[in-house]
Amino acid sequence: MQIAEVVGTVVSTQKNRKLEGAKLLLVQPLSLEGTPRGTTLLAIDSVGAGVGEKVLVVIEGKAAGDALGRKAAAVDAAVIGIVDAVDYQDTP
Amino acid sequence: MQLARVVGEVVATIKDPNLSGITMLVVQPIAASGEDTGRALVALDSIGAGVGEHVFFVRGREAAFPFYPAEPPADATVIGIVDHWSVG
Repeated sequence: MQIAEVVGTVVSTQKNRKLEGAKLLLVQPLSLEGTPRGTTLLAIDSVGAGVGEKVLVVIEGKAAGDALGRKAAAVDAAVIGIVDAVDYQDTP
Repeated sequence: MQLARVVGEVVATIKDPNLSGITMLVVQPIAASGEDTGRALVALDSIGAGVGEHVFFVRGREAAFPFYPAEPPADATVIGIVDHWSVG
């Protein structure tokens, strides 16, 4: 899983029917220091996250499908948690 | 999934039989800002998208799911046409 920030939402009327009703969020993966890492991804929302929140994202098909609760759905990323805090110390 | 814009189409006569009848699109991934990000790639089309449209695509094994029960050898498939997106 990765920590990411929700940066936007996407609206799509014409989409795969297994995605009907799913909320699509644009998420920016973050480093542990909180800086953006890599490019923005599109993830389905299964926890009710909103723009500006720090979230936990799975980037794997099976896990994302499980989060959506639909079998054989064409999804590869899902927001599965809202991060309250990360306690992290970079000690070698 | 990732946002992208459709920039082209690929025609291949000789290909895996499970790919027959499926349109192949060239898609350029874009960031939330709308700028291109990373390399363009070929993705199967499951939704009827065309050149110039903003779409989103799924990567990995799940790319074959929209064609069920067929199992095309796919690693990327366009699964939606984007009406609009908002940032911030």
